[in-house]
Amino acid sequence: MNKKYGICSKILVVVLMFTSLLMGCKSGGTKTTKEEVKVSIPKENATVVEDIQQAEKIFNALPSPLESAMLIKSAGARFDESLLNPIGNVNSYVTNKSMALNLGIYTCDLSFASLYEQTQLIIDYMNAAKKMADGLGILKAIEQSQIDKLEENINNSEVIMEIVSETFMNSNSYLSDNGQPAIAAMVLVGGWFEGLYISTQLVDLKEFNGNKLVGRIIDQKLSIDILLNLLESSKGNPAVDDLIFQVKKLKVVFDKISITTSKIRPEFDKVSNMTVLKSEVKTDMTPEVFRELSVTVSEIRKTFVNN
Amino acid sequence: MRILRIIPILALLVVATTFNINAQCKAFAKKVCIPELGAYTHDGNYHAAILVEGEEAELYKTFYSDMDYRVSICGEDKLPDVEFRVLDANKNVLYSNKDANFAKTWDFKLQSSQQLKLIVKVNSFNKPGETPASGCVAIMFGFKIKK
Repeated sequence: MNKKYGICSKILVVVLMFTSLLMGCKSGGTKTTKEEVKVSIPKENATVVEDIQQAEKIFNALPSPLESAMLIKSAGARFDESLLNPIGNVNSYVTNKSMALNLGIYTCDLSFASLYEQTQLIIDYMNAAKKMADGLGILKAIEQSQIDKLEENINNSEVIMEIVSETFMNSNSYLSDNGQPAIAAMVLVGGWFEGLYISTQLVDLKEFNGNKLVGRIIDQKLSIDILLNLLESSKGNPAVDDLIFQVKKLKVVFDKISITTSKIRPEFDKVSNMTVLKSEVKTDMTPEVFRELSVTVSEIRKTFVNN
Repeated sequence: MRILRIIPILALLVVATTFNINAQCKAFAKKVCIPELGAYTHDGNYHAAILVEGEEAELYKTFYSDMDYRVSICGEDKLPDVEFRVLDANKNVLYSNKDANFAKTWDFKLQSSQQLKLIVKVNSFNKPGETPASGCVAIMFGFKIKK
Protein backbone atom coordinates (compact mmCIF):
# COMPACT_ATOMS: atom_id res chain seq x y z
CA MET A 1 0.00 0.00 0.00
CA ASN A 2 2.79 2.34 1.08
CA LYS A 3 4.79 1.44 -2.03
CA LYS A 4 1.81 2.26 -4.25
CA TYR A 5 1.25 5.49 -2.37
CA GLY A 6 4.90 6.40 -2.93
CA ILE A 7 4.69 5.76 -6.68
CA CYS A 8 1.46 7.75 -6.93
CA SER A 9 3.11 10.66 -5.11
CA LYS A 10 6.05 10.54 -7.51
CA ILE A 11 3.70 10.55 -10.51
CA LEU A 12 1.85 13.50 -9.02
CA VAL A 13 5.09 15.42 -8.56
CA VAL A 14 6.12 14.66 -12.18
CA VAL A 15 2.70 15.77 -13.45
CA LEU A 16 2.80 18.98 -11.41
CA MET A 17 6.32 19.75 -12.62
CA PHE A 18 5.21 19.15 -16.20
CA THR A 19 2.21 21.45 -15.71
CA SER A 20 4.33 24.21 -14.27
CA LEU A 21 6.82 23.81 -17.12
CA LEU A 22 4.05 24.25 -19.69
CA MET A 23 2.60 27.22 -17.81
CA GLY A 24 6.05 28.78 -17.72
CA CYS A 25 6.47 28.40 -21.47
CA LYS A 26 3.46 30.43 -22.45
CA SER A 27 3.19 34.03 -23.57
CA GLY A 28 6.78 34.44 -24.69
CA GLY A 29 7.67 35.65 -21.25
CA THR A 30 10.94 35.01 -19.49
CA LYS A 31 10.98 32.85 -16.41
CA THR A 32 12.48 34.46 -13.36
CA THR A 33 13.07 33.15 -9.90
CA LYS A 34 11.93 36.27 -8.04
CA GLU A 35 9.37 35.36 -5.42
CA GLU A 36 7.13 37.97 -3.86
CA VAL A 37 4.11 36.05 -2.65
CA LYS A 38 3.62 36.74 1.03
CA VAL A 39 0.27 35.05 1.61
CA SER A 40 0.05 32.06 3.91
CA ILE A 41 -0.10 28.82 1.95
CA PRO A 42 -1.33 25.47 3.24
CA LYS A 43 1.42 22.85 3.29
CA GLU A 44 -0.29 20.60 0.75
CA ASN A 45 -0.44 23.42 -1.82
CA ALA A 46 3.06 24.71 -1.23
CA THR A 47 4.71 22.78 -4.07
CA VAL A 48 2.11 23.82 -6.63
CA VAL A 49 2.32 27.46 -5.66
CA GLU A 50 6.12 27.40 -5.62
CA ASP A 51 6.10 26.18 -9.22
CA ILE A 52 3.54 28.72 -10.36
CA GLN A 53 5.45 31.52 -8.61
CA GLN A 54 8.39 30.78 -10.87
CA ALA A 55 6.19 31.47 -13.89
CA GLU A 56 6.46 35.21 -13.23
CA LYS A 57 6.60 36.96 -16.58
CA ILE A 58 8.66 39.54 -18.36
CA PHE A 59 7.21 40.77 -21.64
CA ASN A 60 9.44 42.42 -24.22
CA ALA A 61 6.94 44.24 -26.40
CA LEU A 62 8.09 45.29 -29.83
CA PRO A 63 5.91 47.56 -31.93
CA SER A 64 3.45 45.37 -33.81
CA PRO A 65 3.50 45.46 -37.65
CA LEU A 66 0.32 47.56 -37.51
CA GLU A 67 1.94 50.08 -35.17
CA SER A 68 5.10 50.21 -37.32
CA ALA A 69 3.03 50.94 -40.44
CA MET A 70 1.03 53.55 -38.54
CA LEU A 71 4.26 55.29 -37.50
CA ILE A 72 5.39 55.49 -41.13
CA LYS A 73 2.08 56.96 -42.22
CA SER A 74 1.93 59.45 -39.34
CA ALA A 75 5.36 60.74 -40.41
CA GLY A 76 3.78 61.77 -43.72
CA ALA A 77 5.58 59.18 -45.84
CA ARG A 78 4.31 58.20 -49.28
CA PHE A 79 3.25 54.67 -50.32
CA ASP A 80 5.68 52.74 -52.48
CA GLU A 81 4.61 49.26 -53.56
CA SER A 82 8.10 48.40 -54.83
CA LEU A 83 9.38 48.36 -51.25
CA LEU A 84 7.09 45.52 -50.17
CA ASN A 85 8.14 41.89 -50.22
CA PRO A 86 6.62 40.57 -53.50
CA ILE A 87 3.87 38.03 -52.90
CA GLY A 88 5.50 35.93 -55.63
CA ASN A 89 8.11 34.95 -53.01
CA VAL A 90 5.50 33.22 -50.90
CA ASN A 91 6.23 29.68 -52.09
CA SER A 92 9.94 29.94 -51.43
CA TYR A 93 9.47 30.06 -47.66
CA VAL A 94 9.50 26.51 -46.38
CA THR A 95 11.42 26.58 -43.10
CA ASN A 96 9.82 27.65 -39.83
CA LYS A 97 12.29 30.52 -39.55
CA SER A 98 11.58 31.93 -43.02
CA MET A 99 7.82 31.49 -42.61
CA ALA A 100 7.86 33.18 -39.19
CA LEU A 101 9.97 36.13 -40.34
CA ASN A 102 7.85 36.57 -43.46
CA LEU A 103 4.60 36.29 -41.54
CA GLY A 104 5.79 39.42 -39.72
CA ILE A 105 7.00 41.01 -42.96
CA TYR A 106 3.81 40.31 -44.91
CA THR A 107 1.68 41.51 -41.97
CA CYS A 108 3.63 44.77 -41.93
CA ASP A 109 3.21 45.10 -45.73
CA LEU A 110 -0.49 44.32 -45.33
CA SER A 111 -0.80 47.01 -42.65
CA PHE A 112 1.08 49.48 -44.85
CA ALA A 113 -1.21 48.71 -47.82
CA SER A 114 -4.29 48.99 -45.56
CA LEU A 115 -3.36 52.41 -44.23
CA TYR A 116 -2.90 53.69 -47.78
CA GLU A 117 -6.13 52.03 -48.98
CA GLN A 118 -4.45 49.83 -51.61
CA THR A 119 -7.47 47.57 -52.01
CA GLN A 120 -6.09 44.80 -54.24
CA LEU A 121 -2.81 44.66 -52.31
CA ILE A 122 -4.72 44.28 -49.05
CA ILE A 123 -6.32 41.05 -50.28
CA ASP A 124 -3.07 39.77 -51.80
CA TYR A 125 -1.00 40.41 -48.68
CA MET A 126 -3.67 38.96 -46.39
CA ASN A 127 -3.50 35.77 -48.46
CA ALA A 128 0.31 35.79 -48.29
CA ALA A 129 0.18 36.17 -44.50
CA LYS A 130 -2.39 33.36 -44.33
CA LYS A 131 -0.07 31.09 -46.29
CA MET A 132 2.75 31.75 -43.79
CA ALA A 133 0.46 31.20 -40.78
CA ASP A 134 -0.92 27.99 -42.28
CA GLY A 135 2.62 26.78 -43.00
CA LEU A 136 3.53 27.32 -39.37
CA GLY A 137 0.51 25.27 -38.34
CA ILE A 138 -1.19 28.18 -36.64
CA LEU A 139 -4.78 27.04 -36.40
CA LYS A 140 -7.48 29.57 -37.20
CA ALA A 141 -5.04 32.50 -37.41
CA ILE A 142 -6.57 33.80 -40.60
CA GLU A 143 -9.85 32.19 -41.57
CA GLN A 144 -11.58 32.38 -44.91
CA SER A 145 -14.45 34.22 -43.19
CA GLN A 146 -12.03 37.01 -42.25
CA ILE A 147 -10.78 37.27 -45.84
CA ASP A 148 -14.41 37.43 -47.02
CA LYS A 149 -15.13 40.14 -44.43
CA LEU A 150 -12.06 42.00 -45.64
CA GLU A 151 -13.31 41.88 -49.24
CA GLU A 152 -16.78 43.04 -48.20
CA ASN A 153 -15.32 45.99 -46.28
CA ILE A 154 -12.44 46.79 -48.58
CA ASN A 155 -13.23 50.52 -48.45
CA ASN A 156 -13.72 50.66 -44.70
CA SER A 157 -10.28 51.27 -43.21
CA GLU A 158 -11.52 50.91 -39.64
CA VAL A 159 -12.83 47.38 -40.25
CA ILE A 160 -9.69 46.47 -42.19
CA MET A 161 -7.42 47.54 -39.33
CA GLU A 162 -9.61 45.61 -36.91
CA ILE A 163 -9.21 42.46 -39.02
CA VAL A 164 -5.43 42.94 -39.39
CA SER A 165 -5.09 43.42 -35.64
CA GLU A 166 -7.29 40.41 -34.86
CA THR A 167 -5.50 38.05 -37.25
CA PHE A 168 -2.10 39.12 -35.93
CA MET A 169 -3.23 38.54 -32.36
CA ASN A 170 -4.56 35.10 -33.34
CA SER A 171 -1.10 34.20 -34.63
CA ASN A 172 1.00 35.48 -31.77
CA SER A 173 -1.36 34.24 -29.05
CA TYR A 174 -1.42 30.77 -30.65
CA LEU A 175 2.39 30.64 -30.76
CA SER A 176 2.77 31.93 -27.21
CA ASP A 177 0.11 29.64 -25.79
CA ASN A 178 1.49 26.58 -27.55
CA GLY A 179 5.01 26.87 -26.26
CA GLN A 180 6.58 28.37 -29.40
CA PRO A 181 8.06 31.64 -28.06
CA ALA A 182 10.99 31.47 -30.51
CA ILE A 183 8.64 31.45 -33.51
CA ALA A 184 6.50 34.18 -31.91
CA ALA A 185 9.64 36.31 -31.44
CA MET A 186 10.72 35.73 -35.05
CA VAL A 187 7.33 36.94 -36.33
CA LEU A 188 7.73 40.16 -34.35
CA VAL A 189 11.33 40.58 -35.51
CA GLY A 190 10.25 40.21 -39.17
CA GLY A 191 7.55 42.86 -38.76
CA TRP A 192 9.87 45.25 -36.95
CA PHE A 193 12.61 44.95 -39.59
CA GLU A 194 10.11 45.48 -42.41
CA GLY A 195 8.85 48.69 -40.81
CA LEU A 196 12.43 49.90 -40.37
CA TYR A 197 13.37 48.88 -43.93
CA ILE A 198 10.42 50.71 -45.49
CA SER A 199 11.13 53.81 -43.35
CA THR A 200 14.82 53.97 -44.24
CA GLN A 201 14.07 53.52 -47.95
CA LEU A 202 11.51 56.33 -47.92
CA VAL A 203 13.86 58.97 -46.49
CA ASP A 204 14.94 61.55 -49.02
CA LEU A 205 18.49 62.54 -48.07
CA LYS A 206 17.96 65.96 -49.66
CA GLU A 207 15.40 66.59 -46.91
CA PHE A 208 17.29 64.95 -44.09
CA ASN A 209 17.26 67.67 -41.46
CA GLY A 210 13.98 68.00 -39.62
CA ASN A 211 12.56 64.98 -41.46
CA LYS A 212 9.85 63.42 -39.31
CA LEU A 213 10.54 59.95 -40.68
CA VAL A 214 14.19 60.25 -39.65
CA GLY A 215 12.93 61.00 -36.14
CA ARG A 216 10.86 57.81 -36.21
CA ILE A 217 13.91 55.82 -37.33
CA ILE A 218 15.99 57.26 -34.47
CA ASP A 219 13.18 56.22 -32.08
CA GLN A 220 13.77 52.60 -33.06
CA LYS A 221 17.04 52.74 -31.13
CA LEU A 222 14.83 52.64 -28.02
CA SER A 223 13.53 49.20 -29.10
CA ILE A 224 16.82 47.52 -30.00
CA ASP A 225 17.49 46.27 -26.47
CA ILE A 226 13.89 45.06 -26.15
CA LEU A 227 14.41 43.18 -29.41
CA LEU A 228 17.61 41.60 -28.15
CA ASN A 229 16.04 40.63 -24.81
CA LEU A 230 13.12 39.07 -26.67
CA LEU A 231 15.49 36.95 -28.75
CA GLU A 232 17.80 36.15 -25.82
CA SER A 233 14.88 34.48 -24.06
CA SER A 234 14.99 31.82 -26.83
CA LYS A 235 18.79 31.66 -27.02
CA GLY A 236 20.11 28.24 -28.00
CA ASN A 237 17.68 27.88 -30.86
CA PRO A 238 20.02 28.04 -33.93
CA ALA A 239 17.60 30.22 -35.93
CA VAL A 240 17.31 32.65 -33.03
CA ASP A 241 21.08 32.67 -32.48
CA ASP A 242 21.57 33.75 -36.11
CA LEU A 243 19.10 36.57 -35.58
CA ILE A 244 20.83 37.69 -32.39
CA PHE A 245 24.07 37.95 -34.35
CA GLN A 246 22.36 40.08 -37.03
CA VAL A 247 20.59 42.31 -34.51
CA LYS A 248 23.87 42.89 -32.66
CA LYS A 249 25.37 44.13 -35.94
CA LEU A 250 22.50 46.59 -36.24
CA LYS A 251 22.91 47.65 -32.60
CA VAL A 252 26.51 48.66 -33.33
CA VAL A 253 25.16 51.20 -35.84
CA PHE A 254 22.31 52.34 -33.59
CA ASP A 255 24.87 52.93 -30.83
CA LYS A 256 26.36 55.68 -33.00
CA ILE A 257 23.14 57.66 -32.57
CA SER A 258 22.82 59.67 -29.39
CA ILE A 259 19.51 60.25 -27.60
CA THR A 260 19.40 62.44 -24.49
CA THR A 261 16.15 62.80 -22.60
CA SER A 262 15.22 65.18 -19.80
CA LYS A 263 13.28 63.97 -16.77
CA ILE A 264 9.73 62.93 -17.67
CA ARG A 265 7.02 65.06 -16.03
CA PRO A 266 3.50 63.55 -16.06
CA GLU A 267 0.80 66.22 -16.35
CA PHE A 268 -2.92 65.66 -16.68
CA ASP A 269 -4.47 67.48 -19.63
CA LYS A 270 -8.12 68.30 -18.90
CA VAL A 271 -8.92 69.09 -22.53
CA SER A 272 -7.90 65.71 -23.93
CA ASN A 273 -8.68 63.94 -20.63
CA MET A 274 -5.37 62.13 -20.68
CA THR A 275 -1.95 62.26 -19.07
CA VAL A 276 0.80 63.94 -21.05
CA LEU A 277 4.30 62.67 -20.35
CA LYS A 278 6.32 65.81 -20.91
CA SER A 279 10.03 65.65 -21.66
CA GLU A 280 12.56 67.17 -23.98
CA VAL A 281 14.77 65.02 -26.12
CA LYS A 282 17.96 65.73 -28.05
CA THR A 283 19.02 63.34 -30.79
CA ASP A 284 21.96 63.27 -33.13
CA MET A 285 22.27 61.17 -36.27
CA THR A 286 24.50 62.26 -39.13
CA PRO A 287 23.58 61.44 -42.77
CA GLU A 288 26.62 59.10 -42.80
CA VAL A 289 25.30 57.09 -39.86
CA PHE A 290 21.88 57.06 -41.50
CA ARG A 291 23.40 55.63 -44.70
CA GLU A 292 25.21 52.95 -42.69
CA LEU A 293 22.00 52.12 -40.84
CA SER A 294 20.03 51.97 -44.07
CA VAL A 295 22.56 49.61 -45.70
CA THR A 296 22.71 47.34 -42.62
CA VAL A 297 18.92 47.09 -42.38
CA SER A 298 18.66 46.43 -46.09
CA GLU A 299 21.27 43.65 -45.96
CA ILE A 300 19.63 41.92 -43.02
CA ARG A 301 16.16 42.22 -44.54
CA LYS A 302 17.52 40.74 -47.77
CA THR A 303 18.54 37.59 -45.87
CA PHE A 304 14.95 37.35 -44.57
CA VAL A 305 13.09 37.76 -47.86
CA ASN A 306 15.53 36.02 -50.19
CA ASN A 307 15.61 33.04 -47.89
CA MET B 1 2.08 -2.03 -14.55
CA ARG B 2 -1.32 -0.39 -14.21
CA ILE B 3 0.40 2.71 -12.98
CA LEU B 4 2.60 2.79 -16.07
CA ARG B 5 -0.57 2.84 -18.18
CA ILE B 6 -1.92 5.75 -16.15
CA ILE B 7 1.12 8.00 -16.71
CA PRO B 8 0.46 8.85 -20.41
CA ILE B 9 -3.23 9.42 -19.66
CA LEU B 10 -2.37 11.79 -16.83
CA ALA B 11 0.18 13.58 -19.01
CA LEU B 12 -2.39 13.99 -21.78
CA LEU B 13 -4.91 15.33 -19.28
CA VAL B 14 -2.38 17.85 -18.00
CA VAL B 15 -1.52 19.00 -21.54
CA ALA B 16 -5.19 19.32 -22.45
CA THR B 17 -5.94 21.24 -19.25
CA THR B 18 -2.99 23.60 -19.76
CA PHE B 19 -3.91 24.36 -23.37
CA ASN B 20 -7.50 24.86 -22.29
CA ILE B 21 -6.37 27.39 -19.64
CA ASN B 22 -4.32 29.20 -22.29
CA ALA B 23 -7.27 29.24 -24.70
CA GLN B 24 -9.45 30.63 -21.92
CA CYS B 25 -6.86 33.35 -21.29
CA LYS B 26 -6.92 34.37 -24.96
CA ALA B 27 -10.73 34.35 -24.98
CA PHE B 28 -10.73 36.48 -21.81
CA ALA B 29 -8.29 38.96 -23.36
CA LYS B 30 -10.45 39.17 -26.49
CA LYS B 31 -13.81 39.46 -24.75
CA VAL B 32 -12.93 41.60 -21.76
CA CYS B 33 -9.69 43.45 -22.31
CA ILE B 34 -9.84 44.50 -25.97
CA PRO B 35 -13.30 46.11 -25.70
CA GLU B 36 -11.83 48.33 -22.93
CA LEU B 37 -9.66 49.91 -25.63
CA GLY B 38 -12.79 51.61 -27.01
CA ALA B 39 -12.02 53.91 -29.94
CA TYR B 40 -8.31 53.08 -29.83
CA THR B 41 -6.99 50.56 -32.40
CA HIS B 42 -5.63 47.43 -30.76
CA ASP B 43 -2.02 47.01 -31.91
CA GLY B 44 -2.49 43.26 -32.40
CA ASN B 45 0.05 42.19 -29.79
CA TYR B 46 -0.93 39.69 -27.11
CA HIS B 47 0.46 39.86 -23.59
CA ALA B 48 -1.31 37.61 -21.13
CA ALA B 49 -0.32 35.23 -18.38
CA ILE B 50 -1.78 33.24 -15.54
CA LEU B 51 -0.79 35.04 -12.35
CA VAL B 52 -1.27 34.12 -8.71
CA GLU B 53 -2.12 36.51 -5.86
CA GLY B 54 0.93 38.64 -5.06
CA GLU B 55 2.66 37.82 -8.32
CA GLU B 56 4.09 40.43 -10.69
CA ALA B 57 4.67 40.72 -14.42
CA GLU B 58 6.82 43.31 -16.16
CA LEU B 59 6.53 44.70 -19.65
CA TYR B 60 8.97 46.86 -21.60
CA LYS B 61 7.78 48.87 -24.57
CA THR B 62 8.68 51.92 -26.61
CA PHE B 63 5.94 54.53 -26.92
CA TYR B 64 6.02 57.15 -29.67
CA SER B 65 5.37 60.86 -29.60
CA ASP B 66 2.99 60.78 -32.57
CA MET B 67 0.45 58.53 -30.92
CA ASP B 68 -2.25 58.68 -28.28
CA TYR B 69 -2.23 55.48 -26.23
CA ARG B 70 -4.61 53.54 -24.05
CA VAL B 71 -3.34 50.66 -21.95
CA SER B 72 -5.90 48.19 -20.71
CA ILE B 73 -5.00 45.82 -17.87
CA CYS B 74 -7.58 43.21 -16.98
CA GLY B 75 -7.66 40.43 -14.45
CA GLU B 76 -10.28 37.73 -14.20
CA ASP B 77 -13.08 38.35 -11.70
CA LYS B 78 -11.81 35.64 -9.34
CA LEU B 79 -8.63 37.66 -8.78
CA PRO B 80 -8.22 40.56 -6.36
CA ASP B 81 -7.52 44.05 -7.73
CA VAL B 82 -4.72 44.26 -10.27
CA GLU B 83 -2.32 47.11 -9.63
CA PHE B 84 -0.20 48.60 -12.39
CA ARG B 85 2.57 51.15 -12.37
CA VAL B 86 4.31 52.87 -15.25
CA LEU B 87 7.98 53.71 -14.76
CA ASP B 88 10.57 55.57 -16.80
CA ALA B 89 14.10 54.34 -17.50
CA ASN B 90 15.27 55.78 -14.15
CA LYS B 91 12.58 53.87 -12.26
CA ASN B 92 10.54 57.00 -11.49
CA VAL B 93 6.86 56.13 -11.17
CA LEU B 94 4.90 58.09 -13.76
CA TYR B 95 1.51 56.57 -13.05
CA SER B 96 -0.06 54.15 -10.62
CA ASN B 97 -3.65 52.98 -10.92
CA LYS B 98 -3.67 52.65 -7.11
CA ASP B 99 -4.26 56.42 -7.10
CA ALA B 100 -7.23 55.96 -9.44
CA ASN B 101 -9.16 53.26 -7.58
CA PHE B 102 -7.40 50.48 -9.52
CA ALA B 103 -8.67 51.77 -12.87
CA LYS B 104 -8.36 49.21 -15.64
CA THR B 105 -7.31 51.67 -18.34
CA TRP B 106 -4.97 54.62 -18.63
CA ASP B 107 -4.88 57.13 -21.50
CA PHE B 108 -1.65 58.96 -22.21
CA LYS B 109 0.51 60.62 -24.83
CA LEU B 110 4.16 61.62 -24.92
CA GLN B 111 5.97 64.77 -25.85
CA SER B 112 8.94 62.67 -26.94
CA SER B 113 9.26 58.94 -27.62
CA GLN B 114 10.32 56.89 -24.59
CA GLN B 115 10.91 53.34 -23.50
CA LEU B 116 8.72 52.69 -20.46
CA LYS B 117 8.29 49.81 -18.07
CA LEU B 118 4.94 48.56 -16.81
CA ILE B 119 4.75 46.56 -13.61
CA VAL B 120 1.53 44.64 -13.10
CA LYS B 121 0.85 43.09 -9.72
CA VAL B 122 -2.07 40.98 -8.56
CA ASN B 123 -2.95 42.10 -5.04
CA SER B 124 -3.68 39.61 -2.28
CA PHE B 125 -6.98 38.69 -0.62
CA ASN B 126 -4.91 38.13 2.54
CA LYS B 127 -6.77 35.02 3.60
CA PRO B 128 -4.25 32.90 5.49
CA GLY B 129 -4.73 29.18 5.14
CA GLU B 130 -6.55 29.40 1.82
CA THR B 131 -5.18 28.47 -1.58
CA PRO B 132 -4.15 31.69 -3.33
CA ALA B 133 -6.36 32.66 -6.25
CA SER B 134 -4.90 32.48 -9.73
CA GLY B 135 -6.23 33.67 -13.05
CA CYS B 136 -5.57 35.34 -16.34
CA VAL B 137 -4.16 38.86 -16.49
CA ALA B 138 -3.94 40.58 -19.89
CA ILE B 139 -2.12 43.74 -20.92
CA MET B 140 -3.37 45.28 -24.17
CA PHE B 141 -2.40 48.45 -25.99
CA GLY B 142 -4.46 50.62 -28.28
CA PHE B 143 -3.33 53.65 -30.23
CA LYS B 144 -4.58 56.56 -32.30
CA ILE B 145 -2.62 58.98 -34.42
CA LYS B 146 -2.38 62.22 -32.46
CA LYS B 147 -4.70 64.88 -33.86
